[in-house]
Amino acid sequence: MTTVVENPPRAGRSARRRRTSWLVQTGRILLALLFAGPLLFLFVSSLKPDLQIFADLRSWRAFVPLGHVSFANYSAVFARVPFARFLMNSIGISLVTVALGLLVNSLAAFALARLQWRGKQLVLTGIIATLILPFETLALPLVWWVNKLPWLTMNGFHLQLTTGWLDTYQVQIIPFVANAFSVYLFYQYFTSIPKELDEAARMDGAGWFRIYRNVVMPLSGPAIATVAILTFLPAWNSYLWPLMVVQSEELRPVMLGIQYFFQLNVSWGQVMAYASMITLPVLALFLAFQKAFIGSIASSGVKG
Amino acid sequence: MTVISPARARAVRGRRDVPAATHAARRREGLTALWMAGPAVALLILFIVVPVILAFVLAFTNARLISPRPATFVGLHNFANLFSDPVFWASVRNTFYFAVVVVPIQAGLALVLALLVNAKVRGTNFFRTVYFVPVVTSMVVVSLLWRFLYQKDGLLNALISVVHPGYAPIDWLNDPRTAMPAIIVMSIWQAVGFHMIIWLSGLQTIPAELYEAGDLDGAVGWKRFRYITWPSLLATRTFILITITIAALSLFTQISVMTQGGPLDSTTTVVYMAVRTGYQQLATGYASAISLVFFVLVLIVSGVQRFLTREKD
Amino acid sequence: MSRHTVRRLAAASLAVTVVATLAACSSGSSSSPQSSGAGGGTISLWTHNGGNDAELAADQKIVDDFNSSQSQYTVKLQSFPQASYNDAVVAAASAKKLPCIVDIDSPNVPNWAWAGYIKPLGLPDSEWTGQLASTVGKVNGKVYSFGHYDVALAFYTRKSILQSVGARVPTVDQPWTKSELADVLAKLKATGKYPYALDLGTGGTGEWITYAYSPFLQSAGGDLIDRSTYKKADGVLNGAQAIDWAGWMQGLVKDGYMSAKSGADPTADFANGKSAILYSGSWADATVTKAFGDDALVIPPVDLGQGPKIGGGSWQWAISAQCDNTAGAQAYLKFSHQTKYVAALAKATGTIPATDAAAATMPEYAAGGASEIFRTFAQKYAVVRPVTPAYPFITSVYQKATQDILSGGDPKTILDKAVSDIDNDIKQNGDYAF
Repeated sequence: MTTVVENPPRAGRSARRRRTSWLVQTGRILLALLFAGPLLFLFVSSLKPDLQIFADLRSWRAFVPLGHVSFANYSAVFARVPFARFLMNSIGISLVTVALGLLVNSLAAFALARLQWRGKQLVLTGIIATLILPFETLALPLVWWVNKLPWLTMNGFHLQLTTGWLDTYQVQIIPFVANAFSVYLFYQYFTSIPKELDEAARMDGAGWFRIYRNVVMPLSGPAIATVAILTFLPAWNSYLWPLMVVQSEELRPVMLGIQYFFQLNVSWGQVMAYASMITLPVLALFLAFQKAFIGSIASSGVKG
Repeated sequence: MTVISPARARAVRGRRDVPAATHAARRREGLTALWMAGPAVALLILFIVVPVILAFVLAFTNARLISPRPATFVGLHNFANLFSDPVFWASVRNTFYFAVVVVPIQAGLALVLALLVNAKVRGTNFFRTVYFVPVVTSMVVVSLLWRFLYQKDGLLNALISVVHPGYAPIDWLNDPRTAMPAIIVMSIWQAVGFHMIIWLSGLQTIPAELYEAGDLDGAVGWKRFRYITWPSLLATRTFILITITIAALSLFTQISVMTQGGPLDSTTTVVYMAVRTGYQQLATGYASAISLVFFVLVLIVSGVQRFLTREKD
Repeated sequence: MSRHTVRRLAAASLAVTVVATLAACSSGSSSSPQSSGAGGGTISLWTHNGGNDAELAADQKIVDDFNSSQSQYTVKLQSFPQASYNDAVVAAASAKKLPCIVDIDSPNVPNWAWAGYIKPLGLPDSEWTGQLASTVGKVNGKVYSFGHYDVALAFYTRKSILQSVGARVPTVDQPWTKSELADVLAKLKATGKYPYALDLGTGGTGEWITYAYSPFLQSAGGDLIDRSTYKKADGVLNGAQAIDWAGWMQGLVKDGYMSAKSGADPTADFANGKSAILYSGSWADATVTKAFGDDALVIPPVDLGQGPKIGGGSWQWAISAQCDNTAGAQAYLKFSHQTKYVAALAKATGTIPATDAAAATMPEYAAGGASEIFRTFAQKYAVVRPVTPAYPFITSVYQKATQDILSGGDPKTILDKAVSDIDNDIKQNGDYAF
C-alpha cells in the first residue's frame, strides 16, 4: 500500500508513525476490554453454579472462573432442551433467509442503480419508507395475514394447496427475505462502481443480467459480506415472530429456547450457558465472513 | 455519488447521440427492471405494506385482540385518548431524548472505531471482531447481562468505587434521573459495532489514489481525515444517520426487559407503549393508533433530516 | 469471472430447494393442532411447562397412561416455555388455531371465557368436592377450568436471625402486625449485617407483581376492583386503605429496608445472606432449605389490618371452544384428575396438591409435615385475583402503578390514574358483560 516515493524517509515521519501506532494500539486495547467485558462475564458465569454467580457479582471474581467451575450447566441445557434441533433450525432458517435475500435484494438494487425506468425514484423512496416501522407494531396484523396465505405442499406424490402458513419453516423465512436495508446498502455500493465497466461489457454484447452477474457482483465483495452479516443477525436473533407463529417444538429456533430456563426457579447458570452457546456460532460465522471481507478488498484493484 | 463524474457525463452524452434505437432499448430496460426489482418489491408489499395498511385501518376502530364483540369504527377517538394521556407525552419525550443523544454519539463512536480498526497497525482482525461481539449477542441476553452490571451491588458500582472511593452507589436503573442514561450507554455499547462495519465498508470505497495524492501534498493525520476521508464518506454518512435515527426512535427491547418503562415513566418509549397496550392490555385498536402516530413521527424526522443534509451538498 | 458469483448463485438455488423441501416436509409432519371428528381421534393438548423437566414428565406420564388405558382417544402433548406461553397462545387464539385442551393461568380464565375461546368443562359438580377453592375456575356459575395444584406465598427467614434481634416468631394464628414488622426491620437494619433487611422480590416483572403485591393491598383493606359488581375500581383501588398500602410499600423503600428493584434472583440473594427476610413462593422452599437446613423458617406474611393475605390460583386446564372432540377432552381431564395424578403433579412441581385426598397421600402435607404450612396458608389466606374478564387490563395497569409507587411517585395520583384507566376500559367493553 505504500507509494514508491522518491523522498528519503525522514526520521520525524517514522517517529510520528510509531507514536500514532502506539496510541492507536492502546486505544484499541482499552476499548476491546470495554466491549468484551460483559461477554466475558457471560461465559465465565456459565461455568459457575447459580449461587456462586450471585455471590461473585460485585467483585472482580465475576470475570474469573474460580470456585466450583464445571460444565454442569452446559450438560443441563442439553438435557432440558432439544438444543441441537433448535440450532439446526436457526442455522437453516438464517442461512436460507440470507441467501435468498442476497439474491433478491441485490437484483433490486441493481435495477435501481443501473437501469433507467419510470417510477424508479418512487420505488426507491417506497422501499426506504418500509424501514420506518419497527417489526413489533406490524407483528399482529402480519400473523392474521400469513394465516390467510396459500402454500403448495407435497402430499404423498401430488401437490396440494393449503391455507395458512402458521407453524412452518416458510413463515419464518419468506417475510424477511426482501429487506429495504439490504437493498439500500447494495444500491449505495453499486452507485460507486464506475459505469465504464458496464459500457465495456456492453461492447462485448452483454445484457443487463450478464453485467449484474459478471461485472457488478464480483466487485461487490464488501457489500455482500456486510449485507450477509447484517441480515444474518436479525434472522438469528428473531424472537417475537417465531414466538407467535411457531407452535411445534421441532420448528422452534434457538431464541425461543432461552425461555425454557425462565421457570419459577430461574437457573441463571443455565441461562448463561445457553446464551453462550447461541452467541458462539454467530461469532464463528462472522469470523469466516471476515476472510471474505478482506479477501475481496485485497483482490479488487478496480477502484478508480 | 460516483467519484468520477466527468467520465460519466461523457458516457451519458455519448448515449444521447444514439437515435431511435434507444426506445426499444429503454423498453427492454423497463422489462428487465421489472423482473429484477419485482421479487423484492412484491415481497415488501406483501409482508410489510399489507400489514401496515391493516394496522392503520385498525387504528380507527376499537378492535381488541380477544373479544366477543366485533370491532366498531370509532373515528378519532383513539387519537383523542392518546393525546390526552400523559404517559404518551412522556414516551415521546423519552424517545426523542434517546435519539438526540444516541445518534451523534453512536455514529461518532462507530466512526472512531472504524478508523481505529482500519489503521495499518497489527491486529485489525482481532479488534474488529471484538468490537462486533456485542452486536452478535441478542438484545435479550445483553439486557440481562447489563441488568446484573447495573445493580446497586453490581459490578459497575464496584468499579466506580475502586476509582472513586467514598462513592455512594447509585441504583442506576431505579433512579428516574439515571435510568435513561444507563439504557443509552448499554444501547450504544451493543449497537456501535454494527455501524462500525457500515463505516468500514464506506471507508473501503475510498480509492487508495486519493490518499496517495493527499500524502504527496502533505495531508496527514487530521488534515487527511478532514479533506479526503470525510467528504468521501458522504453517502455512508447519510445512510448511517438514517438507520441510527430510525433504530433509536424504535427503542423497545431493552426497555421491555430491563425497566418496563419505569421508573416513573422515565424510560417509556412510543414503541414500548404500543406493544404494552397491544399485547398486554389487548387493546389492538389503541395500539394501532400509537403505531400510526409513530410512523408519522418518524416520517417527519426523516424528512427533516434529509432536508438538512441535502442543504449541505 | 467469479467463483464468487457462481458460488452465490449455487447457494441461492440450493437455498430455494431447501426451502421447498423444508416447507413440504414441515407441513406434512408438523402437529397442526387439529382434533378429528367425534367418536374417537387425536386430541391436542398444550401446556406451559417447557423446560420444567419434572412437571413435563409428570404431565407426559398422565397422557401416556391415558392413551394406553383406552383405545378410543389419543392425546398429543405440546409443551411451551412458561415465560412465553401466554403470548404464543394468544397469537394462536387470534388466528383460531387453538388445540383442544389448553392450560391457562387462572386469572385469565374469565377473560377467555368471555371472549368465547374456552367453553365450560361440562363435568359433574361432584368432581370438585375436596378441591381448594382457588383451583377451580368458576365464571358465571359454570366451571371453566380446574387445576392440579396451587402455590402459596410466604416469608422466609432464619431462626438464628430472629433470635439475634429478639423478635417473636409469628405463627399462623398470630402473625406479625404492621408495627411489629417495622420494629423487626429497624432492628435488622441496625445490625448492619444485611444490605437490605427485607426482600419482597421487587425486581420481578409481569404477573408476579400483581400476584405478590395485591395480597398486601387486600390485607390493608383495599382491592383491585369492587368485587360486588366488578364494574369499577373507584374507592377500592384509590381509597384511604389503598393509599395506606401504597404508603407502606413506599415507606419500606424510603426507610432503606428494601430495594425498589431487587436483584434478578432474590432467593439466591437470600441464600447468600444478602437479605434477612425473603418474600417468595413455596417454590423457593427447596433452595432455602438446602442453604440453611433446620435454621430455615417459614412464617406468615405480615398482617396489614385485615389478616395476612396471599395470592391464589395457578395453572388450570380448560377446553377450547374450537375443540370438536369435547367428549374426548372431558374423558382425558377426568382421567387426569385422579388422586394419584394430582399428588404426582404436586410432587413433581413442589407445589400444593389441590385436593384433600391427594394431600392425604403425601407425607409432607400431612399434619406436622415439612410443607404442611404452605397448604395451611393456601387454605386460610388465599385470595384469588378478581374473577373478571377485565383482569388482563387490570393487572397491566396495577403492575405499572406498583412500580411507580415503589419508585417514589405520589400514591394518590398514581392510584387515581389507575382507577380511571380501569373504569374506562370496563365501560368501553360494555362492562365485559357475557
